[in-house]
Amino acid sequence: MPPDSDEKPARIANNSPESAISVSKLSKIYAGGHAALTDIDLEIRKGEIFALLGPNGAGKTTLISIICGIVSPTSGRITAGGDDVIRDYRKTRTKIGLVPQELTTDAFETVWNTVSFSRGLFGKKPDPAFIERTLRDLSLWDRKDSKIITLSGGMKRRVLIAKALSHEPEILFLDEPTAGVDVELRRGMWDMVRKLQETGVTIILTTHYIEEAEEMADRIGVINGGRIVLVEDKAALMKKLGKKELRLHLHHPMQTIPADLSGHDLALEGDGNTLVFTFDTQAERTGTTRLLGDLDRLEIRFSDLDTRQRSLEDIFVSVVGESS
Amino acid sequence: MNLRMNFPGLRAIYQFEMARTWRTLFQSVVSPVVTTTLYFIVFGAAIGSRITEINGVTFAAFIIPGLIMLSILTESVSNASFGIHLPRFTGTIYELLSAPVSSLEVVLGYVGAAATKSIVLGFIILATARLFVDYDIAHPVAMVCILVVTAITFSLFGFIIGIWADNFEKLQFVPMLVITPLTFLGGSFYSIDMLPPFWRTLTLFNPVVYLISAFRWSFYDTADVPIGISIVMIFLFLTVCIGVVCWIFQTGYRLKN
Ligand SMILES: Nc1ncnc2c1ncn2[C@@H]1O[C@H](COP(=O)(O)OP(=O)(O)O)[C@@H](O)[C@H]1O
Ligand SMILES: [Mg+2]
Repeated sequence: MPPDSDEKPARIANNSPESAISVSKLSKIYAGGHAALTDIDLEIRKGEIFALLGPNGAGKTTLISIICGIVSPTSGRITAGGDDVIRDYRKTRTKIGLVPQELTTDAFETVWNTVSFSRGLFGKKPDPAFIERTLRDLSLWDRKDSKIITLSGGMKRRVLIAKALSHEPEILFLDEPTAGVDVELRRGMWDMVRKLQETGVTIILTTHYIEEAEEMADRIGVINGGRIVLVEDKAALMKKLGKKELRLHLHHPMQTIPADLSGHDLALEGDGNTLVFTFDTQAERTGTTRLLGDLDRLEIRFSDLDTRQRSLEDIFVSVVGESS
Repeated sequence: MNLRMNFPGLRAIYQFEMARTWRTLFQSVVSPVVTTTLYFIVFGAAIGSRITEINGVTFAAFIIPGLIMLSILTESVSNASFGIHLPRFTGTIYELLSAPVSSLEVVLGYVGAAATKSIVLGFIILATARLFVDYDIAHPVAMVCILVVTAITFSLFGFIIGIWADNFEKLQFVPMLVITPLTFLGGSFYSIDMLPPFWRTLTLFNPVVYLISAFRWSFYDTADVPIGISIVMIFLFLTVCIGVVCWIFQTGYRLKN
Protein backbone atom coordinates (compact mmCIF):
# COMPACT_ATOMS: atom_id res chain seq x y z
CA MET A 1 0.00 0.00 0.00
CA PRO A 2 1.40 3.41 -0.88
CA PRO A 3 1.56 5.87 1.98
CA ASP A 4 -1.30 8.30 2.02
CA SER A 5 -0.28 11.52 0.45
CA ASP A 6 -3.61 13.18 1.04
CA GLU A 7 -3.01 14.54 4.51
CA LYS A 8 -6.01 16.07 6.14
CA PRO A 9 -4.80 19.05 8.16
CA ALA A 10 -8.39 20.02 8.87
CA ARG A 11 -8.79 17.04 11.15
CA ILE A 12 -5.85 17.89 13.27
CA ALA A 13 -7.03 19.32 16.55
CA ASN A 14 -3.85 21.08 17.47
CA ASN A 15 -3.62 23.58 14.62
CA SER A 16 -0.21 25.09 15.21
CA PRO A 17 2.17 23.41 14.45
CA GLU A 18 1.00 20.27 12.68
CA SER A 19 0.56 17.25 14.88
CA ALA A 20 2.17 13.91 14.04
CA ILE A 21 0.76 11.98 16.98
CA SER A 22 -1.96 12.95 19.33
CA VAL A 23 -2.64 11.00 22.51
CA SER A 24 -5.64 11.83 24.63
CA LYS A 25 -6.80 10.47 27.95
CA LEU A 26 -4.80 7.31 27.49
CA SER A 27 -4.71 4.83 30.34
CA LYS A 28 -3.35 1.34 30.57
CA ILE A 29 -3.97 -1.16 33.31
CA TYR A 30 -2.16 -4.44 32.72
CA ALA A 31 -3.92 -7.75 33.32
CA GLY A 32 -2.29 -8.02 36.73
CA GLY A 33 -4.02 -4.78 37.77
CA HIS A 34 -0.92 -2.60 37.48
CA ALA A 35 -1.73 0.90 36.22
CA ALA A 36 1.18 1.48 33.83
CA LEU A 37 -0.25 4.67 32.29
CA THR A 38 -2.77 7.12 33.70
CA ASP A 39 -4.55 9.81 31.71
CA ILE A 40 -1.81 10.56 29.23
CA ASP A 41 -2.29 13.59 26.99
CA LEU A 42 0.46 14.24 24.52
CA GLU A 43 1.00 15.95 21.18
CA ILE A 44 3.98 15.15 19.03
CA ARG A 45 4.64 17.73 16.36
CA LYS A 46 5.53 16.92 12.81
CA GLY A 47 9.25 16.93 12.15
CA GLU A 48 10.42 17.28 15.70
CA ILE A 49 12.66 15.13 17.84
CA PHE A 50 10.72 14.42 20.97
CA ALA A 51 12.43 12.83 23.94
CA LEU A 52 10.35 10.92 26.40
CA LEU A 53 12.40 10.97 29.52
CA GLY A 54 11.71 8.88 32.56
CA PRO A 55 13.17 6.34 34.94
CA ASN A 56 12.81 2.59 34.44
CA GLY A 57 9.25 1.43 34.83
CA ALA A 58 7.82 4.89 34.12
CA GLY A 59 5.69 3.56 31.27
CA LYS A 60 7.72 4.69 28.24
CA THR A 61 7.70 1.33 26.48
CA THR A 62 4.03 0.81 27.30
CA LEU A 63 3.13 4.16 25.75
CA ILE A 64 5.09 3.44 22.58
CA SER A 65 3.71 -0.10 22.39
CA ILE A 66 0.15 1.17 22.53
CA ILE A 67 0.74 3.76 19.82
CA CYS A 68 2.30 1.07 17.61
CA GLY A 69 -0.41 -1.52 18.22
CA ILE A 70 1.55 -4.03 20.28
CA VAL A 71 -0.35 -3.42 23.51
CA SER A 72 -4.06 -2.65 23.76
CA PRO A 73 -5.05 0.51 25.60
CA THR A 74 -7.47 0.27 28.50
CA SER A 75 -9.01 3.61 27.56
CA GLY A 76 -8.21 6.72 25.58
CA ARG A 77 -7.59 7.58 21.99
CA ILE A 78 -4.56 7.98 19.77
CA THR A 79 -4.33 9.45 16.31
CA ALA A 80 -1.38 9.56 13.93
CA GLY A 81 -1.64 12.16 11.19
CA GLY A 82 -5.29 12.54 12.14
CA ASP A 83 -6.13 8.85 11.78
CA ASP A 84 -7.15 6.65 14.66
CA VAL A 85 -4.41 4.11 15.34
CA ILE A 86 -6.91 1.35 16.03
CA ARG A 87 -9.67 1.99 13.53
CA ASP A 88 -7.40 3.11 10.69
CA TYR A 89 -4.48 0.95 11.68
CA ARG A 90 -3.42 0.25 8.12
CA LYS A 91 -2.98 3.93 7.38
CA THR A 92 -1.26 4.80 10.63
CA ARG A 93 1.03 1.80 10.84
CA THR A 94 2.24 2.35 7.29
CA LYS A 95 3.55 5.71 8.51
CA ILE A 96 5.19 4.46 11.67
CA GLY A 97 8.47 2.65 12.23
CA LEU A 98 9.48 1.18 15.56
CA VAL A 99 12.88 0.25 16.94
CA PRO A 100 12.12 -1.79 20.06
CA GLN A 101 14.04 -1.60 23.29
CA GLU A 102 15.04 -5.26 23.29
CA LEU A 103 17.33 -6.65 20.60
CA THR A 104 14.73 -9.03 19.23
CA THR A 105 15.81 -10.43 15.89
CA ASP A 106 15.46 -13.54 13.77
CA ALA A 107 18.85 -14.96 14.60
CA PHE A 108 19.19 -17.17 11.54
CA GLU A 109 18.04 -14.68 8.95
CA THR A 110 20.48 -12.64 6.94
CA VAL A 111 20.52 -8.88 7.33
CA TRP A 112 19.32 -8.38 3.77
CA ASN A 113 16.43 -10.81 4.10
CA THR A 114 15.18 -9.52 7.40
CA VAL A 115 15.17 -5.91 6.18
CA SER A 116 13.46 -6.88 2.91
CA PHE A 117 10.92 -8.85 4.91
CA SER A 118 10.07 -5.78 6.99
CA ARG A 119 9.53 -3.67 3.91
CA GLY A 120 7.11 -6.22 2.50
CA LEU A 121 5.33 -6.67 5.81
CA PHE A 122 4.62 -2.96 5.89
CA GLY A 123 3.02 -3.15 2.48
CA LYS A 124 5.76 -1.75 0.28
CA LYS A 125 6.88 -3.14 -3.05
CA PRO A 126 10.46 -4.43 -3.11
CA ASP A 127 13.04 -1.71 -3.67
CA PRO A 128 16.55 -3.18 -3.50
CA ALA A 129 18.13 0.20 -4.23
CA PHE A 130 16.42 1.78 -1.23
CA ILE A 131 17.40 -1.08 1.04
CA GLU A 132 20.96 -0.88 -0.17
CA ARG A 133 21.06 2.82 0.65
CA THR A 134 19.60 2.21 4.09
CA LEU A 135 22.13 -0.50 4.86
CA ARG A 136 24.98 1.66 3.61
CA ASP A 137 23.82 4.60 5.71
CA LEU A 138 23.84 2.36 8.75
CA SER A 139 27.23 0.82 7.87
CA LEU A 140 25.66 -2.59 7.48
CA TRP A 141 26.25 -3.08 3.78
CA ASP A 142 29.35 -5.23 4.31
CA ARG A 143 27.32 -7.52 6.51
CA LYS A 144 24.23 -7.77 4.36
CA ASP A 145 24.65 -11.51 3.83
CA SER A 146 25.62 -12.27 7.42
CA LYS A 147 23.25 -14.09 9.68
CA ILE A 148 22.07 -11.78 12.42
CA ILE A 149 23.32 -14.12 15.12
CA THR A 150 26.89 -13.37 14.03
CA LEU A 151 26.55 -9.61 14.57
CA SER A 152 27.58 -7.54 17.57
CA GLY A 153 24.98 -5.86 19.78
CA GLY A 154 25.54 -2.47 18.17
CA MET A 155 25.07 -3.96 14.72
CA LYS A 156 21.91 -5.77 15.78
CA ARG A 157 20.54 -2.46 16.99
CA ARG A 158 21.31 -0.98 13.59
CA VAL A 159 19.61 -3.92 11.88
CA LEU A 160 16.51 -3.13 13.90
CA ILE A 161 16.80 0.49 12.80
CA ALA A 162 17.15 -0.61 9.18
CA LYS A 163 14.06 -2.76 9.56
CA ALA A 164 12.13 0.14 11.04
CA LEU A 165 13.25 2.42 8.20
CA SER A 166 12.69 -0.15 5.45
CA HIS A 167 9.19 1.08 4.67
CA GLU A 168 10.14 4.76 4.65
CA PRO A 169 8.12 5.78 7.72
CA GLU A 170 7.23 9.38 8.49
CA ILE A 171 7.36 8.76 12.20
CA LEU A 172 10.08 6.78 13.93
CA PHE A 173 10.00 5.49 17.48
CA LEU A 174 13.30 4.65 19.10
CA ASP A 175 12.85 2.94 22.44
CA GLU A 176 16.02 3.48 24.46
CA PRO A 177 18.22 3.42 21.37
CA THR A 178 21.43 3.92 23.28
CA ALA A 179 20.86 1.82 26.38
CA GLY A 180 23.99 -0.20 26.92
CA VAL A 181 25.69 1.37 23.90
CA ASP A 182 29.19 2.80 24.28
CA VAL A 183 29.91 6.49 23.92
CA GLU A 184 31.19 6.37 20.37
CA LEU A 185 28.23 4.39 19.08
CA ARG A 186 25.92 6.69 20.97
CA ARG A 187 27.34 9.69 19.11
CA GLY A 188 26.85 7.78 15.85
CA MET A 189 23.25 7.12 16.79
CA TRP A 190 22.62 10.77 17.54
CA ASP A 191 24.11 11.80 14.20
CA MET A 192 21.89 9.32 12.44
CA VAL A 193 18.81 10.60 14.23
CA ARG A 194 19.61 14.18 13.27
CA LYS A 195 20.10 13.19 9.64
CA LEU A 196 16.76 11.46 9.67
CA GLN A 197 15.14 14.54 11.07
CA GLU A 198 16.60 16.54 8.21
CA THR A 199 14.76 14.27 5.79
CA GLY A 200 11.51 15.20 7.50
CA VAL A 201 11.01 12.21 9.77
CA THR A 202 9.38 12.84 13.12
CA ILE A 203 11.34 11.10 15.85
CA ILE A 204 10.22 10.04 19.27
CA LEU A 205 12.91 8.56 21.43
CA THR A 206 12.73 7.32 24.96
CA THR A 207 15.64 7.47 27.26
CA HIS A 208 16.56 7.57 30.86
CA TYR A 209 19.78 9.39 30.04
CA ILE A 210 19.17 13.05 30.60
CA GLU A 211 22.20 14.02 28.55
CA GLU A 212 20.65 12.26 25.62
CA ALA A 213 17.43 14.22 25.82
CA GLU A 214 19.44 17.39 26.35
CA GLU A 215 21.65 16.64 23.38
CA MET A 216 19.01 15.48 20.94
CA ALA A 217 15.55 16.72 21.62
CA ASP A 218 13.57 19.71 20.40
CA ARG A 219 11.03 19.01 23.08
CA ILE A 220 11.12 16.90 26.17
CA GLY A 221 8.35 15.08 27.95
CA VAL A 222 9.01 13.79 31.41
CA ILE A 223 7.09 10.69 32.41
CA ASN A 224 7.05 9.19 35.86
CA GLY A 225 4.83 6.58 37.44
CA GLY A 226 2.69 6.39 34.30
CA ARG A 227 1.92 10.09 34.20
CA ILE A 228 3.28 12.83 31.99
CA VAL A 229 4.77 15.21 34.47
CA LEU A 230 5.85 17.91 32.08
CA VAL A 231 6.22 18.68 28.38
CA GLU A 232 8.36 21.60 27.29
CA ASP A 233 10.52 22.91 24.53
CA LYS A 234 13.98 21.99 25.59
CA ALA A 235 15.19 25.56 25.38
CA ALA A 236 12.21 26.85 27.33
CA LEU A 237 12.65 24.13 29.87
CA MET A 238 16.26 25.03 30.33
CA LYS A 239 15.31 28.66 30.68
CA LYS A 240 12.34 28.14 32.90
CA LEU A 241 13.98 25.83 35.29
CA GLY A 242 17.52 26.56 34.28
CA LYS A 243 18.95 28.46 37.17
CA LYS A 244 22.60 29.23 37.19
CA GLU A 245 25.04 28.70 39.94
CA LEU A 246 27.90 31.01 40.80
CA ARG A 247 30.58 29.05 42.57
CA LEU A 248 33.15 30.91 44.60
CA HIS A 249 36.27 29.09 45.74
CA LEU A 250 37.11 30.64 49.09
CA HIS A 251 40.53 31.53 50.41
CA HIS A 252 39.51 30.53 53.91
CA PRO A 253 36.92 27.82 54.43
CA MET A 254 33.76 28.76 56.30
CA GLN A 255 31.86 26.73 58.89
CA THR A 256 28.62 28.62 58.48
CA ILE A 257 27.29 31.28 56.22
CA PRO A 258 27.60 34.66 57.96
CA ALA A 259 24.30 36.15 59.09
CA ASP A 260 25.07 39.28 57.06
CA LEU A 261 24.70 37.20 53.92
CA SER A 262 21.35 35.64 54.83
CA GLY A 263 19.59 37.70 52.14
CA HIS A 264 21.29 35.68 49.40
CA ASP A 265 20.48 32.17 48.18
CA LEU A 266 23.71 30.58 49.34
CA ALA A 267 25.02 27.17 50.21
CA LEU A 268 28.36 25.81 51.29
CA GLU A 269 30.01 22.90 49.57
CA GLY A 270 33.30 21.03 49.72
CA ASP A 271 33.96 21.32 53.50
CA GLY A 272 33.17 24.99 53.38
CA ASN A 273 35.69 25.72 50.64
CA THR A 274 33.09 26.61 48.03
CA LEU A 275 30.30 29.08 48.39
CA VAL A 276 27.49 28.37 45.92
CA PHE A 277 25.14 31.14 44.89
CA THR A 278 22.05 30.13 42.90
CA PHE A 279 20.38 32.77 40.77
CA ASP A 280 17.76 33.02 38.09
CA THR A 281 19.16 34.11 34.75
CA GLN A 282 15.71 35.31 33.71
CA ALA A 283 15.21 37.59 36.67
CA GLU A 284 15.48 41.34 36.27
CA ARG A 285 18.15 41.47 38.92
CA THR A 286 20.24 38.40 39.38
CA GLY A 287 21.66 39.69 42.66
CA THR A 288 25.25 38.90 41.73
CA THR A 289 26.47 42.44 41.96
CA ARG A 290 24.91 42.92 45.36
CA LEU A 291 26.40 39.63 46.57
CA LEU A 292 29.87 40.51 45.36
CA GLY A 293 29.56 43.92 47.02
CA ASP A 294 28.53 42.31 50.30
CA LEU A 295 31.39 39.83 50.12
CA ASP A 296 33.81 42.65 49.55
CA ARG A 297 32.41 44.57 52.50
CA LEU A 298 32.77 41.51 54.75
CA GLU A 299 36.26 40.95 53.38
CA ILE A 300 35.51 37.44 52.26
CA ARG A 301 38.13 36.68 49.66
CA PHE A 302 37.95 34.06 46.95
CA SER A 303 40.63 32.67 44.68
CA ASP A 304 38.42 31.71 41.76
CA LEU A 305 34.87 31.71 40.54
CA ASP A 306 32.85 30.00 37.87
CA THR A 307 29.24 29.74 36.80
CA ARG A 308 27.39 26.62 35.86
CA GLN A 309 24.07 26.01 34.11
CA ARG A 310 21.87 23.62 36.05
CA SER A 311 21.68 20.49 33.96
CA LEU A 312 18.53 18.69 32.92
CA GLU A 313 19.49 16.15 35.50
CA ASP A 314 18.97 18.65 38.27
CA ILE A 315 15.72 19.74 36.68
CA PHE A 316 14.63 16.16 36.31
CA VAL A 317 15.38 15.34 39.89
CA SER A 318 13.38 18.32 41.08
CA VAL A 319 10.44 17.64 38.73
CA VAL A 320 10.23 13.94 39.49
CA GLY A 321 10.75 14.67 43.15
CA GLU A 322 7.79 17.04 43.17
CA SER A 323 5.53 14.63 41.31
CA SER A 324 6.13 11.59 43.45
CA MET B 1 -13.64 -1.83 7.19
CA ASN B 2 -10.36 -2.68 5.56
CA LEU B 3 -11.24 -4.29 2.31
CA ARG B 4 -7.93 -3.70 0.63
CA MET B 5 -5.46 -6.46 1.30
CA ASN B 6 -1.82 -5.86 2.11
CA PHE B 7 -0.52 -8.28 -0.51
CA PRO B 8 3.17 -7.44 -0.08
CA GLY B 9 2.68 -8.10 3.63
CA LEU B 10 1.00 -11.43 3.01
CA ARG B 11 3.72 -12.39 0.55
CA ALA B 12 6.43 -11.38 3.03
CA ILE B 13 5.00 -13.61 5.75
CA TYR B 14 4.45 -16.53 3.40
CA GLN B 15 7.91 -16.32 1.88
CA PHE B 16 9.52 -15.88 5.28
CA GLU B 17 7.87 -19.08 6.48
CA MET B 18 8.74 -20.96 3.32
CA ALA B 19 12.34 -19.78 3.62
CA ARG B 20 12.44 -21.31 7.07
CA THR B 21 11.45 -24.59 5.44
CA TRP B 22 14.33 -24.43 3.01
CA ARG B 23 16.75 -23.62 5.80
CA THR B 24 15.58 -26.69 7.67
CA LEU B 25 15.07 -28.78 4.57
CA PHE B 26 16.39 -31.96 6.06
CA GLN B 27 14.20 -31.79 9.11
CA SER B 28 11.24 -30.59 7.10
CA VAL B 29 11.13 -33.02 4.21
CA VAL B 30 13.80 -35.66 4.37
CA SER B 31 13.03 -37.02 7.81
CA PRO B 32 9.31 -37.66 7.19
CA VAL B 33 10.25 -39.48 3.98
CA VAL B 34 12.69 -41.67 5.86
CA THR B 35 10.07 -42.35 8.53
CA THR B 36 7.51 -43.30 5.91
CA THR B 37 9.93 -45.66 4.27
CA LEU B 38 10.48 -47.36 7.61
CA TYR B 39 6.75 -47.74 8.06
CA PHE B 40 6.52 -49.42 4.68
CA ILE B 41 9.32 -51.80 5.48
CA VAL B 42 7.90 -52.71 8.90
CA PHE B 43 4.16 -52.62 8.32
CA GLY B 44 3.92 -53.14 4.60
CA ALA B 45 6.56 -55.76 3.95
CA ALA B 46 7.15 -57.52 7.27
CA ILE B 47 3.70 -57.51 8.87
CA GLY B 48 1.69 -57.00 5.71
CA SER B 49 2.86 -60.30 4.26
CA ARG B 50 0.95 -62.05 7.07
CA ILE B 51 -2.24 -60.03 6.69
CA THR B 52 -4.69 -60.83 3.99
CA GLU B 53 -6.31 -58.15 1.92
CA ILE B 54 -8.58 -55.61 3.63
CA ASN B 55 -11.70 -54.80 1.63
CA GLY B 56 -9.98 -56.14 -1.47
CA VAL B 57 -6.86 -53.99 -1.06
CA THR B 58 -3.43 -55.38 -0.17
CA PHE B 59 -2.27 -54.31 3.28
CA ALA B 60 0.70 -52.36 1.91
CA ALA B 61 -1.58 -50.36 -0.36
CA PHE B 62 -4.21 -50.06 2.37
CA ILE B 63 -1.90 -48.17 4.72
CA ILE B 64 -0.78 -45.55 2.17
CA PRO B 65 -3.63 -43.06 2.82
CA GLY B 66 -3.20 -43.50 6.58
CA LEU B 67 0.53 -42.92 6.37
CA ILE B 68 0.08 -39.79 4.31
CA MET B 69 -2.52 -38.51 6.77
CA LEU B 70 -0.24 -39.28 9.71
CA SER B 71 2.48 -37.13 8.17
CA ILE B 72 0.15 -34.36 7.04
CA LEU B 73 -1.46 -34.05 10.44
CA THR B 74 1.71 -34.07 12.51
CA GLU B 75 3.63 -31.85 10.09
CA SER B 76 0.82 -29.33 9.69
CA VAL B 77 0.39 -29.00 13.42
CA SER B 78 4.05 -28.83 14.26
CA ASN B 79 4.97 -26.46 11.41
CA ALA B 80 2.17 -24.01 11.95
CA SER B 81 2.49 -24.08 15.72
CA PHE B 82 6.24 -23.58 15.58
CA GLY B 83 5.91 -20.88 12.93
CA ILE B 84 3.78 -18.61 15.11
CA HIS B 85 5.29 -19.66 18.42
CA LEU B 86 8.83 -18.74 17.43
CA PRO B 87 8.22 -14.99 16.99
CA ARG B 88 6.34 -14.96 20.28
CA PHE B 89 9.23 -16.72 21.94
CA THR B 90 11.97 -14.53 20.46
CA GLY B 91 9.93 -11.33 20.71
CA THR B 92 10.00 -10.60 16.98
CA ILE B 93 6.19 -10.71 17.09
CA TYR B 94 6.41 -7.00 17.89
CA GLU B 95 6.94 -6.38 14.20
CA LEU B 96 3.92 -8.40 13.14
CA LEU B 97 1.75 -6.64 15.68
CA SER B 98 2.93 -3.20 14.65
CA ALA B 99 2.64 -3.85 10.91
CA PRO B 100 -0.31 -2.84 8.74
CA VAL B 101 -1.39 -6.45 8.31
CA SER B 102 -4.81 -7.75 9.26
CA SER B 103 -5.38 -11.00 11.08
CA LEU B 104 -6.51 -12.46 7.77
CA GLU B 105 -3.13 -11.81 6.19
CA VAL B 106 -1.30 -13.17 9.21
CA VAL B 107 -3.33 -16.39 9.16
CA LEU B 108 -3.12 -16.77 5.40
CA GLY B 109 0.64 -16.28 5.56
CA TYR B 110 1.42 -18.65 8.40
CA VAL B 111 -1.24 -21.25 7.74
CA GLY B 112 -0.75 -21.04 3.99
CA ALA B 113 2.95 -21.73 4.32
CA ALA B 114 2.48 -24.60 6.76
CA ALA B 115 -0.24 -26.13 4.59
CA THR B 116 1.86 -25.77 1.44
CA LYS B 117 4.65 -27.62 3.11
CA SER B 118 2.34 -30.44 4.25
CA ILE B 119 0.77 -30.78 0.83
CA VAL B 120 4.15 -31.02 -0.85
CA LEU B 121 5.13 -33.55 1.76
CA GLY B 122 1.97 -35.56 1.09
CA PHE B 123 2.88 -35.84 -2.57
CA ILE B 124 6.46 -36.76 -1.76
CA ILE B 125 5.21 -39.60 0.43
CA LEU B 126 2.79 -40.66 -2.24
CA ALA B 127 5.67 -40.85 -4.71
CA THR B 128 7.87 -42.65 -2.19
CA ALA B 129 5.13 -45.24 -1.65
CA ARG B 130 5.18 -45.97 -5.36
CA LEU B 131 8.62 -47.45 -4.91
CA PHE B 132 7.17 -50.11 -2.60
CA VAL B 133 3.69 -50.83 -3.81
CA ASP B 134 1.29 -50.34 -6.69
CA TYR B 135 -1.86 -48.41 -5.90
CA ASP B 136 -4.76 -46.82 -7.73
CA ILE B 137 -6.43 -43.53 -6.99
CA ALA B 138 -10.14 -43.93 -7.66
CA HIS B 139 -11.10 -40.29 -7.13
CA PRO B 140 -7.99 -38.18 -7.81
CA VAL B 141 -9.76 -34.81 -7.59
CA ALA B 142 -11.40 -35.73 -4.29
CA MET B 143 -8.05 -37.05 -3.07
CA VAL B 144 -6.33 -33.73 -3.75
CA CYS B 145 -9.22 -31.79 -2.20
CA ILE B 146 -9.19 -33.85 0.98
CA LEU B 147 -5.42 -33.52 1.18
CA VAL B 148 -5.58 -29.74 0.80
CA VAL B 149 -8.49 -29.20 3.18
CA THR B 150 -6.91 -31.43 5.80
CA ALA B 151 -3.57 -29.66 5.51
CA ILE B 152 -5.30 -26.30 5.93
CA THR B 153 -7.45 -27.46 8.82
CA PHE B 154 -4.59 -28.92 10.78
CA SER B 155 -2.33 -25.98 10.01
CA LEU B 156 -5.05 -23.78 11.51
CA PHE B 157 -5.18 -26.13 14.46
CA GLY B 158 -1.40 -25.87 14.77
CA PHE B 159 -1.61 -22.08 14.60
CA ILE B 160 -4.02 -22.17 17.53
CA ILE B 161 -1.69 -24.47 19.47
CA GLY B 162 1.24 -22.17 18.72
CA ILE B 163 -0.64 -19.26 20.21
CA TRP B 164 -2.04 -21.19 23.14
CA ALA B 165 1.28 -22.78 24.12
CA ASP B 166 3.35 -20.60 26.39
CA ASN B 167 6.37 -22.85 26.30
CA PHE B 168 8.06 -25.35 24.03
CA GLU B 169 6.93 -28.37 26.05
CA LYS B 170 3.30 -27.58 25.35
CA LEU B 171 4.21 -27.05 21.74
CA GLN B 172 5.68 -30.54 21.52
CA PHE B 173 2.96 -32.04 23.66
CA VAL B 174 0.07 -31.70 21.23
CA PRO B 175 1.59 -33.27 18.11
CA MET B 176 3.20 -36.03 20.15
CA LEU B 177 0.54 -36.86 22.69
CA VAL B 178 -2.61 -35.92 20.81
CA ILE B 179 -2.16 -36.06 17.05
CA THR B 180 0.01 -39.16 16.80
CA PRO B 181 -2.18 -41.36 19.08
CA LEU B 182 -5.36 -40.15 17.44
CA THR B 183 -3.93 -40.94 14.03
CA PHE B 184 -2.65 -44.35 15.04
CA LEU B 185 -5.97 -45.17 16.67
CA GLY B 186 -7.87 -43.58 13.81
CA GLY B 187 -7.45 -46.47 11.43
CA SER B 188 -4.17 -45.56 9.73
CA PHE B 189 -3.06 -49.16 9.75
CA TYR B 190 -6.35 -51.04 10.08
CA SER B 191 -10.00 -50.83 9.21
CA ILE B 192 -12.07 -49.88 12.21
CA ASP B 193 -14.39 -52.71 11.22
CA MET B 194 -11.66 -54.97 12.55
CA LEU B 195 -12.22 -53.64 16.09
CA PRO B 196 -14.59 -55.11 18.70
CA PRO B 197 -17.94 -53.20 18.77
CA PHE B 198 -17.15 -51.18 21.93
CA TRP B 199 -13.87 -49.86 20.58
CA ARG B 200 -15.42 -49.24 17.20
CA THR B 201 -18.05 -46.97 18.78
CA LEU B 202 -15.44 -45.20 20.88
CA THR B 203 -13.30 -44.65 17.80
CA LEU B 204 -16.10 -42.69 16.16
CA PHE B 205 -15.37 -39.89 18.62
CA ASN B 206 -11.91 -39.59 17.09
CA PRO B 207 -12.10 -36.92 14.39
CA VAL B 208 -9.10 -38.39 12.59
CA VAL B 209 -11.15 -41.50 11.75
CA TYR B 210 -13.25 -39.44 9.36
CA LEU B 211 -10.23 -37.94 7.66
CA ILE B 212 -8.53 -41.22 7.09
CA SER B 213 -11.72 -42.92 6.04
CA ALA B 214 -12.48 -40.22 3.49
CA PHE B 215 -8.94 -40.16 2.23
CA ARG B 216 -8.88 -43.92 1.82
CA TRP B 217 -12.18 -43.74 0.04
CA SER B 218 -10.61 -41.37 -2.52
CA PHE B 219 -7.97 -44.02 -3.18
CA TYR B 220 -9.85 -47.30 -3.08
CA ASP B 221 -13.52 -46.39 -3.08
CA THR B 222 -14.05 -48.19 0.23
CA ALA B 223 -14.64 -46.45 3.53
CA ASP B 224 -15.12 -47.24 7.22
CA VAL B 225 -17.55 -44.37 7.56
CA PRO B 226 -19.94 -43.16 4.85
CA ILE B 227 -18.13 -40.53 2.79
CA GLY B 228 -20.89 -37.96 3.28
CA ILE B 229 -20.53 -38.08 7.06
CA SER B 230 -16.74 -37.84 6.74
CA ILE B 231 -16.99 -34.74 4.60
CA VAL B 232 -19.39 -33.09 7.04
CA MET B 233 -16.99 -33.87 9.90
CA ILE B 234 -14.00 -32.52 8.00
CA PHE B 235 -15.74 -29.21 7.34
CA LEU B 236 -17.06 -29.09 10.87
CA PHE B 237 -13.54 -29.28 12.22
CA LEU B 238 -12.37 -26.70 9.71
CA THR B 239 -15.15 -24.35 10.79
CA VAL B 240 -14.31 -24.80 14.47
CA CYS B 241 -10.66 -23.98 13.81
CA ILE B 242 -11.53 -20.88 11.79
CA GLY B 243 -13.87 -19.80 14.57
CA VAL B 244 -11.21 -20.16 17.23
CA VAL B 245 -8.67 -18.25 15.14
CA CYS B 246 -11.17 -15.41 14.65
CA TRP B 247 -11.75 -15.32 18.38
CA ILE B 248 -8.00 -15.20 19.04
CA PHE B 249 -7.59 -12.16 16.86
CA GLN B 250 -10.66 -10.42 18.13
CA THR B 251 -9.58 -10.72 21.74
CA GLY B 252 -5.83 -10.54 21.16
CA TYR B 253 -5.61 -13.72 23.24
CA ARG B 254 -1.95 -14.37 24.16
CA LEU B 255 -0.90 -11.95 21.47
CA LYS B 256 -1.42 -8.57 23.08
CA ASN B 257 -1.25 -7.40 26.65
N1 LIG C 1 3.26 -7.13 30.15
C1 LIG C 1 3.18 -6.51 31.33
N2 LIG C 1 2.37 -6.98 32.29
C2 LIG C 1 2.28 -6.35 33.47
N3 LIG C 1 2.97 -5.26 33.81
C3 LIG C 1 3.80 -4.74 32.89
C4 LIG C 1 3.95 -5.33 31.60
N4 LIG C 1 4.85 -4.61 30.90
C5 LIG C 1 5.24 -3.61 31.71
N5 LIG C 1 4.61 -3.68 32.89
C6 LIG C 1 4.77 -2.74 34.01
O1 LIG C 1 4.35 -1.46 33.59
C7 LIG C 1 5.23 -0.46 34.08
C8 LIG C 1 5.79 0.33 32.93
O2 LIG C 1 6.67 -0.49 32.20
P1 LIG C 1 7.41 0.03 30.91
O3 LIG C 1 6.41 0.66 30.01
O4 LIG C 1 8.21 -1.08 30.37
O5 LIG C 1 8.36 1.15 31.50
P2 LIG C 1 9.67 1.83 30.89
O6 LIG C 1 9.75 1.49 29.45
O7 LIG C 1 9.49 3.29 31.14
O8 LIG C 1 10.83 1.29 31.66
C9 LIG C 1 6.29 -1.19 34.91
O9 LIG C 1 5.91 -1.11 36.26
C10 LIG C 1 6.22 -2.60 34.41
O10 LIG C 1 6.56 -3.49 35.44
MG1 LIG D 1 11.18 0.57 28.40
